[in-house]
Amino acid sequence: MVDVVRHDVVIVGGGGAGLRAAIAAVEADPTLSVALVSKVYPMRSHTVSAEGGAAAVPPGAVDDSLEKHAYDTVKGSDFLGDQPVIQYFVEEAPKELIRLEHWGCPWSRNADGTVATRPFGGMQTPRTWYATDKVGFHMLHTLFQHSLRFPGIVRYDEHFVTKLLVDGGRCGGVAALDVRTGEMRAVLGRAVILTTGGAGKVWPFTTNGNIKTGDGMALAYREGVPLEDMEFVQYHPTGLPGTGILITEAARGEGGTLLNSEGERFLTTRDYGVGTKAELGPRDMISRAILQEIEAGRGISLPGKLGQYVQLDLRHLGRGKLEARLPFVLELSRTYAGVDPVEQPIPIRPVLHYMMGGVDVDIDGLTAIGGLYAAGEVACVSLNGANRLGSNSLTECLVFGARAGVHASRLAKDTSAGGEAPLLEQAQAEGARLDGLRGRKRGGETVSGVRHALNQAMEAGTGVYREQAAMQKAVADVAELSRRYDDVSLSDTSKVFNTELTAMLELRNLLDVAEAVATAAVNRKESRGAHACRDFPKRNDQDYLHHSLVSWSPSGPRFSTKPVALGVWVPEERKY
Amino acid sequence: MAETQTKTIVVTRFDPDRDEAPRQQRYEVPVEPDWKILDALNYIKDEVDPTLSHRWSCRMAVCGSCGMNVNGEPKLTCKDPVTGYGDVIEVAPLANFPVIRDLVTEMEGFMERLQKVKPFILRAKELAVEAGPTRQSPAELDDYRQFSMCINCMLCYAACPVVANEPDFLGPAAIALGHRYNLDTRDQGQGERNEIFRDDGGIFSCSFANECSRVCPKHVDPAGAIQQAKLRNVIDWVTGLVRRREEGVR
Repeated sequence: MVDVVRHDVVIVGGGGAGLRAAIAAVEADPTLSVALVSKVYPMRSHTVSAEGGAAAVPPGAVDDSLEKHAYDTVKGSDFLGDQPVIQYFVEEAPKELIRLEHWGCPWSRNADGTVATRPFGGMQTPRTWYATDKVGFHMLHTLFQHSLRFPGIVRYDEHFVTKLLVDGGRCGGVAALDVRTGEMRAVLGRAVILTTGGAGKVWPFTTNGNIKTGDGMALAYREGVPLEDMEFVQYHPTGLPGTGILITEAARGEGGTLLNSEGERFLTTRDYGVGTKAELGPRDMISRAILQEIEAGRGISLPGKLGQYVQLDLRHLGRGKLEARLPFVLELSRTYAGVDPVEQPIPIRPVLHYMMGGVDVDIDGLTAIGGLYAAGEVACVSLNGANRLGSNSLTECLVFGARAGVHASRLAKDTSAGGEAPLLEQAQAEGARLDGLRGRKRGGETVSGVRHALNQAMEAGTGVYREQAAMQKAVADVAELSRRYDDVSLSDTSKVFNTELTAMLELRNLLDVAEAVATAAVNRKESRGAHACRDFPKRNDQDYLHHSLVSWSPSGPRFSTKPVALGVWVPEERKY
Repeated sequence: MAETQTKTIVVTRFDPDRDEAPRQQRYEVPVEPDWKILDALNYIKDEVDPTLSHRWSCRMAVCGSCGMNVNGEPKLTCKDPVTGYGDVIEVAPLANFPVIRDLVTEMEGFMERLQKVKPFILRAKELAVEAGPTRQSPAELDDYRQFSMCINCMLCYAACPVVANEPDFLGPAAIALGHRYNLDTRDQGQGERNEIFRDDGGIFSCSFANECSRVCPKHVDPAGAIQQAKLRNVIDWVTGLVRRREEGVR
């Protein structure tokens, strides 16, 4: 039999959204027991890599308002974000960042001791709270350390969830592989919240860490929950050559400029739609501008396989400001690009960074399955629409993590546990399935071989610029790679910390996510936000002002749509 | 530009399912000049031997997963360039930790120690959101900021001679983090933490070898934190003694 543990709320993922949800759930009802199940120790979660800041209208700001933050987010989303969700988000955002302050987050300060803010792309005023340029790191560690206060939060570290346990349309727990022992554990609870983040590892050149494999998206997708707006993937304008390591947008917020090979500040001299915002335009537009500069022959060639770049120039900020505000940018540039930004411009190019799409949820985080919630990057609550504004995502983890936590705790309190037998049967079968995977002998495929091919297919089909033919090819390639997946042989038979097995399971998740991305992309025959089609260069509100939904079916992905929840702002031309 | 060069990576392997004791395995790896040690391990994992187990994620020196002993020194392998070594590089699990498998070490001991130092804001009365953010001057922030930079990579535990000999020692990272909260103007928990610090295995076990600060990839200076904590603890204790004496007189 599998090991069985029983809690009230089960949270899958220990990053910003998961920790915030756990804290909200136990604060809402201290008698509840919350399981925090994560495939890594929480402080390894990818929230740690976020750099620039978290957006919220600062208390007492004179030049700012909730309405302005909401409008910026709506416009940034290319009018695809759901306006009631955005309204709620901007209202809660300051409260969440204040809570984090009370919990010890080392926010950078003004001389008078108030919290400092910096400008960010697509935002009208400086409303991005920061802790130098390690905001995700400080947020994650603050949340994690604060979570240690609550005895009601029980962690299952290095437990990889491989299946949701669903019976009669209700989710009653998860099947989790205890990575260090190889045993299957059924973690039961009357509410389950997915907070596993995005799936940047679908693509070869990404800011994302190795753990960002779309696990929660795939878990929900395989249980029939639709994935929403998956075609919208964000390319961050400034990634380092080779590694794709992120250089924060805060570098431009603090005054950094982008230069082409002629030393020209092209965002101010050519019309890329960003107007006087220049380097502080939204990410989708700046990424496209950089690629157009490169295509026009104004890129800089780096040796070997590194390709073409433009330059991020920070030299005029001076050593003092760089060391005070952007110490991580200095460390990363020196360590991973061999460039000292005090003396030289940093070579950068657009890099896959974030998924606007995710598990289709309502404003409470609830999915189509009873008791199953999602929050943070894994979810599409429809805050970000077709393009997320920088520094909205850390706040999103807090605002919607908290809301999902509260609602899950209420649901757990008001629901009596159903029969366990069907759930345990599923967990048992899942354990047997994994036992069959270890060291299995099939064809000549390897995990890394199929993953590499998937990366290439998705880069070709779903890059910054897209074409119908290439997207259709990506759909076919992903289907073919799913067949090749069945021919993968594994060599590691050990039960203890078998990372070949976990990589195999992650690859399945990447394939599922890629299928949804390619399917949604090929069905959107317009250009909106981050989805830029060369065949259909204009936005088409008449036919495409809707969310995309992709659902799993045995015969292949099914595509459908749902309306956008508009509000006070009607779609207009998006120009800055 | 420098060329690809073949180096021998000697990895300490251990699988409790089949090995009685750790063994060494040699891999010939075509190393690119801009690689870190982690890139070489990932090459082995993807191209040569998928049974190798190691932890890693962010590959940008902030998640803290990939600490290992490289040629005997604790290193964050995603930050450690291959060019810093000769033709043969030995990669072993972090010293002073039990090994789960291959390069994967036991973290539970640290997690218990971290919990012990109460690494969170303690206040007699919690603040309401409506109160708004607390004021903290840049100078007050600077008092503790350095000690808040710990990524929990465990290099300091692998380097510390006290950790090697005294299993109950709280250790550099946990003490630095506890001390970080003691220095935070928003916190009122110093008394509680100082009692923990004074206990067996607390700050007075530290022999100030300074190895922790030497190997820290984030310049946290845990040794400095421990020395500060000792001083504050003594002051706290003497003040308490004086107060108790005065109260006794009354």
